[in-house]
Amino acid sequence: MSYFSEIYHGIKTLLTGMSVTGKYFLTSRKGAITQQYPDNRETLKMFDRFRGEVIMPHDENNEHRCTGCQKCEIACPNGTIEIIWDRGIDEETGKKKKKIDQFVYHLSMCTMCALCIDVCPTDAIEWGQNFENSVFDRTKLTRVLNEPGSKLAPGVED
Amino acid sequence: MTISIININYNLISSIMLEESMSILNMILVALGYLGFFAVAGLFLVLMERRVAAWFQLRVGPNRVGFQGILQTMADALKLISKELTGTVKADKFLYNLAPYFVIVTALMGLAVFPFTKDIQAFDINIGIFFLIAISSIGVIGILLGGWASNNKFALIGAMRSGVQTISYELSIGLSLLTMILLTGSLQLSEIVEVQKSGWLIVQGHVPAIIAFMIYMIAGTAETNRAPFDMVEAESELGAGFHTEYSGMKFAYFFLAEFINMFIIAAIATTVFFGAWLSPFGITESLPWLGVFWFLGKTLLLVFLMMWFRWTFPRLRVDQLLTLEWKYLLPINLVNIVIMALIVWLNLTIQF
Repeated sequence: MSYFSEIYHGIKTLLTGMSVTGKYFLTSRKGAITQQYPDNRETLKMFDRFRGEVIMPHDENNEHRCTGCQKCEIACPNGTIEIIWDRGIDEETGKKKKKIDQFVYHLSMCTMCALCIDVCPTDAIEWGQNFENSVFDRTKLTRVLNEPGSKLAPGVED
Repeated sequence: MTISIININYNLISSIMLEESMSILNMILVALGYLGFFAVAGLFLVLMERRVAAWFQLRVGPNRVGFQGILQTMADALKLISKELTGTVKADKFLYNLAPYFVIVTALMGLAVFPFTKDIQAFDINIGIFFLIAISSIGVIGILLGGWASNNKFALIGAMRSGVQTISYELSIGLSLLTMILLTGSLQLSEIVEVQKSGWLIVQGHVPAIIAFMIYMIAGTAETNRAPFDMVEAESELGAGFHTEYSGMKFAYFFLAEFINMFIIAAIATTVFFGAWLSPFGITESLPWLGVFWFLGKTLLLVFLMMWFRWTFPRLRVDQLLTLEWKYLLPINLVNIVIMALIVWLNLTIQF
């Protein structure tokens, strides 16, 4: 009798599969995951885990969180990050202290491996969601991430 | 006296000539009509397949060329026409070039016998169903030729698989249609439609008819070499199977023929099981030309069913394929014929 129960089981499982795909078919217009990109450029929101480019967020006082420890520069497997740093006088203590001058990021060499972001002790850099990076001149892909005149936010080093 | 005889003769000859030329003209017009339908239906079915596949996979599908992508396949066809026709070095050139025409001509011949509506039927032959089964199995010769002549092992393996598959499943198609022939008592398609005026055959034959329909759809999907029975092409194993070495328009012929074959399988099912151009409960009986829409509507619904199969089920192995046919479909089919014969003998059919 297992012959007939096999047939019954086979038909039942086939119908189960068809009902699953059938439900997807009926709801696909609402749940389509395709982004019709150039049309919805205004409303397009990239996904949380999307790796577009490395950015350094600044707060409203034009302060970033980078201490210039260069861990990201060491972690980067292909020399994407170059930190140009200097020693300046700290206003509060009057001592000499290391601070960044320019955080240089070569997007053209970046493989989006996220090692720099993982290794950063102060969460100074993170992923940006921009992906429209095509340019006619590749020097435009070399960016300085800290904005001119910015300085370290107080309390980061404590 | 003589003049009048000559006159009569002349009239007779000219009328025969006129009739001859008229019938030839008629034939050409009908053939052109069917060729046009062939092209439009093929292109439409390719578009439908792509849109349906997209919806099954939560995508959008082609929607840029024309309204909702209507002209997408037209653009694809134009692209394929402009492509170079390539071939392999040691291919058997004659057979290689012949194969696509085999496939496409058989597909076109199959279309001729369908009753689209009461008056639109090019060729109402009295062995209609038999003709269709015979024609649909000639198509496999084109596939075998293409695979053999390409001088490519993927193509050869694909073609051989196609031979195995088609020869096996031919049986099931024939027997499941034979089950329904027991009800109609005729192979002629117009007769089969006449019988269905007192209820579609799937209703008349109730249980065995439904079993026959299921077997027919499974075997028909296998016959057209579509997923889940697409070992002939099996992209992950064989590249593109028998048409690996074809390009441009010759590839397009294979591609179109596959879709037209799908249409033919669905159209046979419509004619035999679902009353061809008859409307449900005779709601549009006063407007006979609406039959075309009923016929095409039912056929496209069945085509959609086959697409649904394709995007749901995983591909079978060759041994599973043969097990399904010889251990399951064939015995069930034989028993089913006996049951149907009993039902017809005891007058247990449901008729309105």
